[in-house]
Amino acid sequence: MKQNESYEEFIKGIWRDNPVFVQVLGMCPMLAVTNSAVNAIAMGMATFFVLVGSSFLVSSFRNWIPKQVRISCFIIIIATFVTVADYTLLALVPKVHKELGAFIPLIVANCMILGRQEAFSSRYPVRLAVMDAMGMASGFLLALFSLGAIREILGDGALFGIDLFGENFEPWIIMILPPGGFLTLGVILLFFNWFRFKKDEFLADVAAAERGGNG
Amino acid sequence: MNKKDPDLLLFHAPLLRQGMTTPKAMRDVIYALLPATAASIWFFGLSALLLLGASIAGAVLAEWLFDNGQRRGESLRDATAVLTGLLLGLTLPPGLPMWMAFLGGFVGVSLGKVIWGGLGHNLFNPALLGRAFLQATFPIAMTTWVVNSYGGEFTSVYASSLALPFMQSGIDSVTAATPLGMLKFDQEVTPLANLMFGKINGSLGETSGVLLLLGGIYLWLRRDLDWRIPVSILLTVVLFSAVLSLVDAARYPTPLFSVFSGGLLLGAIYMATDPVTSPVTPRGAWIFGIGVGVLVMLIRVFGGLPEGVMYAILLMNAATPLIDRYTQPRVFGRGADSP
Repeated sequence: MKQNESYEEFIKGIWRDNPVFVQVLGMCPMLAVTNSAVNAIAMGMATFFVLVGSSFLVSSFRNWIPKQVRISCFIIIIATFVTVADYTLLALVPKVHKELGAFIPLIVANCMILGRQEAFSSRYPVRLAVMDAMGMASGFLLALFSLGAIREILGDGALFGIDLFGENFEPWIIMILPPGGFLTLGVILLFFNWFRFKKDEFLADVAAAERGGNG
Repeated sequence: MNKKDPDLLLFHAPLLRQGMTTPKAMRDVIYALLPATAASIWFFGLSALLLLGASIAGAVLAEWLFDNGQRRGESLRDATAVLTGLLLGLTLPPGLPMWMAFLGGFVGVSLGKVIWGGLGHNLFNPALLGRAFLQATFPIAMTTWVVNSYGGEFTSVYASSLALPFMQSGIDSVTAATPLGMLKFDQEVTPLANLMFGKINGSLGETSGVLLLLGGIYLWLRRDLDWRIPVSILLTVVLFSAVLSLVDAARYPTPLFSVFSGGLLLGAIYMATDPVTSPVTPRGAWIFGIGVGVLVMLIRVFGGLPEGVMYAILLMNAATPLIDRYTQPRVFGRGADSP
């Protein structure tokens, strides 16, 4: 049972409550740095580190953080991890760090991270909080990667810088420009909503059939 | 009682019908465009036919694909998808690869119309939205103009038209600048007769000014369009360029050149008058037309692009709900401040 509980907290962030496709949080990095798969993954990893780390700390200190100043406490904890991530990226992959630019310090303003501290980590024990943070961060990473991959494939004809279509590929310039981010995200959201709609419809049909079968 | 009794006919409310329906109006617009379409096919050969076919196919496919399951295909009957595809095709450069035209038609209808809720709910003209998407996506292909062969090479197909999907054409065809491009970048003026009868390079539909005007007159006679919109657009452009050519005749185009060059006639007569995306009120139509005319001239003369009809109409489309709201006539019998 215990195992199931933490697994449940982990898996909900990836699909059912995906921070980007379902909760529509963290739009700023989502649209700004997904013009290539590498940038998207670097951003996703940095966010993963920050979210898991700060969820761990916030959950550990949840009984000592005064309710009145909790937001500023969360922000200080988050900012600490963001600084660590910022300098780590600068040391390890300076090129990617340069491309991401101001968006790494801006992780601190990612509403998904603060949202998880406020809604989850500050109320639940450390184990669940960390599982939840890992699930949410993985969902965010997946979303960033899928957007970045689609935009890089169409906009550059490449994935991780490797050509997929040969020399004659005609790049879709719009895809690596900001409108491409909005269009791609909109289309993915459309499919997520359509999928949920179809699933609900299917479940309703099954329920109706079962009632009919019994009655 | 005998129901067939001719002395006693029972009807409900609308007793006088105008007889104009959406499918009829849309078909009229298509008929009005046919001469210009035929001329463009004559000028640019079979490539033009292929290009128009591809953009219509894209538009129709999107309309069919995103239709509701049980009523699939029903919304195709009003021919708006075909018209969108045709209008989009007429704004494209003749040598554009077919797959791009297909994509433009698909994006135009899916993102420009279906996603808003279908016919009558869209804010922007779907054909122009498709073109704007193509312009932003393939800026080089969209500004490569092949030479108008004027019927000389009717049966030949440009190699670029047949490029494989996602690929650019390997071979460069002979290209030339449009009259507006020549004016802007080389200060070279094209003779007016060439502009009117299509001996120019440019997109498919903008080459035959006279035929476009004839189609517009047909539509006006059939009461399918609001005459205020094209008239106000053209008047604004004429006035604007008259003032400019008074200031410096060598630098700025003459009024007639402004009217007959580029996509102005196509845009003013067939796209700005789209009943869905233009204001309903007569006063609104004037404001809309003047806005489009001013924006066209501003972009053409002072902007970076040689042609601005597309962005002018799209911008005024965005302003249409506001114009409609502020030009609503006062309800009879109520005060001036009543809604």
